[in-house]
Amino acid sequence: MKIKGRVWVFGDEINTDLIFPHSAFRVSPEEQIKLVFSDNRPGWSSLVEKGDILIAGKNFGTGSSRPGAVLLKRLGLACLVADSINGLFYRNSISYGFPALQCPGVSSMFEEGDTAEIDMLEGTVTNLRTGETRKGSGLSQSMADIIAAGGIEELLIKEGYMDK
Amino acid sequence: MGMTMSEKILARHAGMPAVRAGDILTCQVDVAACHDMFFTVAGQIDFEKVNKIADPDKCVVLLDHAVPAPTAKDAHGAVKARAFVKKHGIKNFYDVGNHGVIHQLLVEEGFAAPGRLIAAGDSHTCAAGAMNAAARGFGPAEMMYVWCKGETWYQVSPTILYRLHGKFASQAVTGKDLFLYIAGVYGDATNMNVEFGGEGVGNMTIPQRQSVATMCAEINAEFAIFPCDDVLRDFLKERGDQTIDAVDPDPDAVYHDVRDIDLGKLTPYVALPHYIPKNCCPVTDVEGTEIHQVLVGSCSNGRLEDIALVASIVKGKRVAKNVRFIVTPASQKVYLEALKAGYLETLVEAGAVVTNATCGACYGGHMGLLGPGERCLSTTTRNFKARMGDVDSEVLLCAPATAAASALTGKITDPREFLGG
Repeated sequence: MKIKGRVWVFGDEINTDLIFPHSAFRVSPEEQIKLVFSDNRPGWSSLVEKGDILIAGKNFGTGSSRPGAVLLKRLGLACLVADSINGLFYRNSISYGFPALQCPGVSSMFEEGDTAEIDMLEGTVTNLRTGETRKGSGLSQSMADIIAAGGIEELLIKEGYMDK
Repeated sequence: MGMTMSEKILARHAGMPAVRAGDILTCQVDVAACHDMFFTVAGQIDFEKVNKIADPDKCVVLLDHAVPAPTAKDAHGAVKARAFVKKHGIKNFYDVGNHGVIHQLLVEEGFAAPGRLIAAGDSHTCAAGAMNAAARGFGPAEMMYVWCKGETWYQVSPTILYRLHGKFASQAVTGKDLFLYIAGVYGDATNMNVEFGGEGVGNMTIPQRQSVATMCAEINAEFAIFPCDDVLRDFLKERGDQTIDAVDPDPDAVYHDVRDIDLGKLTPYVALPHYIPKNCCPVTDVEGTEIHQVLVGSCSNGRLEDIALVASIVKGKRVAKNVRFIVTPASQKVYLEALKAGYLETLVEAGAVVTNATCGACYGGHMGLLGPGERCLSTTTRNFKARMGDVDSEVLLCAPATAAASALTGKITDPREFLGG
């Protein structure tokens, strides 16, 4: 699972309430994605292009069980790489088929607009501008399989637990 | 090599004799609970298309975040929840009138019990660790998976052991202060379990342990588990538990780190706005800070013991004119007990607003949101930017005694002036 794209860089402690604010709780999925980071970076969601990559610092996704990962995926982002990721957010990423990678120090490798090349299984991240590479903890095969299937809902449909 | 409590519970539910940090397992889940936001928020999981559930008796559905419904969307979510439990024969359903914040209700109703593996669609699910259970939050898709299949995957995480010694030096210092001290001094526990031990645990009440275990979500802990000691056994017997399937750590269990804390040296602590790890300080560092609202409630500190302490501090006094003081009990049961004990009367006489039991303003839902430029001192779980209302508001977190003392003075206040110690 290899991904290459333009990066957006965010800092430490980016919490679920910034990713999936309460204002997005009672609106349609189409409206929800416009509200991503509306409290800390208004207007950002309209700048994201399909295939962009999110780079962040420590404890990305700290907070709630609300599935911020699915909003990042629907916004068009290809993956997330952070110095560290909250365990519940990481599970949500896998469950909703959004590739995520923990790679300590990655947030200091990039300036916004750089191009990153990432191998999700190997766990390697390269900045194609500087040539710097770091290795984080790659996805296990079983987690990569859930992502490749398109997430848990697709698995449940395939196994007959949910109607199409 | 021995196992930690987390490892033992996972091994038992994976049907394996032993597991180690790093292992990825498939485990059978004992209890799987979801609240109203599972049904209300669009685009999370198409639950109406689910056609079979593994074991309805292991499922719990309850309404707690938005009760009674503050918006038509919330009312619609509740309609969907009622249809879902009917369709799938889920008997463990707690509707408005029998409601409570999920982490309080799972304890009151006996779902959270020693040795169990518990899944719930809420990040503070680690709260059930106060009952010697391994509990964690899942997102909506994975909760649906657990409901459908009765199992899910777990990665065994390394464990940090906090060994507690002595006892709190003042009535004003409680479990929340212990947690804020841990978060402030040691920072996050991302991708780790947190377990508690030491003779000091025996000097902590069950609600104090619940407060600590709940808050471990804020340092990104996976599980947060207390041992099953005599205090917990007495609690479980009183609750009516017929059997107690306790899990003790092995003496030679392997820990990522062992940290000793003298409860007697702790003082009232506060978390500063916007995040918690390494962002906490003694209340004395911020004494005198102006506040506009004080909130007591949530799965962290909305229990009877919390409300009793708050009522004892404000009894016969008046809340400061510049402050709104809101008290939100954690469940209908807590509300009724606080009512019968006279605590609610005391609070209202002092000028507090007592609300219905709900997650309420803690998650920015209803009943006490903040406007621009406002600052709230709160016993709730999170201090994130815009969490409790306007993007230009601030939330500081504290224990109930600090909240009550500050409500009286209208500024952040050391509660020991009111309670001694």
